[in-house]
Amino acid sequence: MDAGDHLFRRESGRLVGALTRIFGVHNLALAEDVVQDAFCRALEVWRIRGVPENPSAWLMATAKNSALDVLRRERTARSFAPELGRFLQSEWTLAPVVEELFAADAIKDDLLCMMFSCCQPRLSEQAQVALILHILCGFSVDEIASAFVSSRAATEKRLTRAKKVLAGSKRLFDITAPADFSARLPAVHRALYLLFNEGYHGASAETAVRAELCREAMRLNALLLKHPLGRTPMTYALAALMWLDAARLPARVDASGNLISLLDQDRSQWDQELIVEGLKFLELSAAGADLTQFHLEAAIASIHACARRTEDTDWKTIVSLYDALMTIRPSPIIALNRAIAVAQNEGPERGLEEIRSITNRDRLAVYPFYSAALAELELRSGRHETAREHFRAALALSRNPMERRFLDRRLGACERDGTPPIYYDQV
Amino acid sequence: MSEFTYLYRGGRDTPQSPEQRQKQLQKWAAWFKELGANGHLKELGHPLETAGMVVKGNQKIVTDGPYAEAKDLVGGFSLIEASDLAHAVEISKGCPILEVGGSVEVRPVMQINM
Repeated sequence: MDAGDHLFRRESGRLVGALTRIFGVHNLALAEDVVQDAFCRALEVWRIRGVPENPSAWLMATAKNSALDVLRRERTARSFAPELGRFLQSEWTLAPVVEELFAADAIKDDLLCMMFSCCQPRLSEQAQVALILHILCGFSVDEIASAFVSSRAATEKRLTRAKKVLAGSKRLFDITAPADFSARLPAVHRALYLLFNEGYHGASAETAVRAELCREAMRLNALLLKHPLGRTPMTYALAALMWLDAARLPARVDASGNLISLLDQDRSQWDQELIVEGLKFLELSAAGADLTQFHLEAAIASIHACARRTEDTDWKTIVSLYDALMTIRPSPIIALNRAIAVAQNEGPERGLEEIRSITNRDRLAVYPFYSAALAELELRSGRHETAREHFRAALALSRNPMERRFLDRRLGACERDGTPPIYYDQV
Repeated sequence: MSEFTYLYRGGRDTPQSPEQRQKQLQKWAAWFKELGANGHLKELGHPLETAGMVVKGNQKIVTDGPYAEAKDLVGGFSLIEASDLAHAVEISKGCPILEVGGSVEVRPVMQINM
């Protein structure tokens, strides 16, 4: 069936969102069951009769009818969304109210509302992202486990706990209250940023899964941009960062699945449409007084995006953007990326010097690309033996076959002279 | 505050397309929401099907349907709270059934004191 996976994924978030609004957040599990039933029914019917012309309308109608059945059957036994309360009790209003909540505009808001609800401060950021993936993006437990490189059992436990917290909240997040919306927005940004980064830099070996995480983060961020309260300079900056980074995705892995570093990428494969849109977002993000981490990371990405050839890269500006980033959000990883940019600009010895002066450098020890960066700079300084040692350390830390192959090739390069320099993608 | 029953009668004889029917239902929902918001709604009640059975007399004779003319047929009921009959009547003037030739019968709930 060609309507396949993506259709169910897309619809799952919309339908669970709409049903949770009707049933109340305490009946989240019931909403998920009804949606699963609708999907099962769809598969049964479509197998025989073929996929209907408008499969999402079909799914929506099926879910709506199941919702009406459930509401009629259980209205004395269960309590549903408190704010709808008695309107679900009477046949005068039941169907029209459900109809209204399934209308196109309402559904769009349901997704946002669910997204904000998932970013509950009582949940860890990791749990928020897992919930978003599960409820809004329709990822199964296995798919989430694979994306985060964790076990099925651990993921299941985390999700169950998170859902319990969500279902324990009095009601879904109210996105119509401007003050609440603005207060929760940074947490939502953070979760989407994590989701995107998990796709872009994550440990999963499945490039397809990872590209999908990026796409989902972009889709949800686009949803924020459609909402008048969500359309803030920071949301634009986050969008710019996502779009500009995502533009490089097609060039990051070659046909045989090898990782290609930013310096060596075939820039003609970069997605020009995403770049143009990303630059537009960056421009729109320039309103207001706040200069955030997202602004700076997007600006760095824009400099890469605008350099036709690697040699044209404006490393000096990149270093100064990293300097600014370090004052806003100092971290060893950002310092490492800054040091690499310094090396591009002023030579490997200066880069090494910068790396040696990173505060909390020991926290980078588990990160394969820290050793790899040291190795590259040593290699460029002509100290092949030291470079080899660092590459071996990096190899020992590599998280998937793709990283392993990449580092193996670099280790091999130490045997030859005149090897081209490598710049690691910013993290 | 006193309680009143609205008996909705008629309004079914004008043929309606499914689209019009749906619009009509939305109007009812909007009307009830407004009543609820203003604190006049004790209970929504329910709409009633036209067909049914009538059970009558000591012999408990069962016959089809209420036999009334379409315009007299009770199509549903609600329980309303209002300060007095005049107020309840005033409120009833927003009922969508009036737009399609129906009527609202406003009846105070009788308080039986023993």
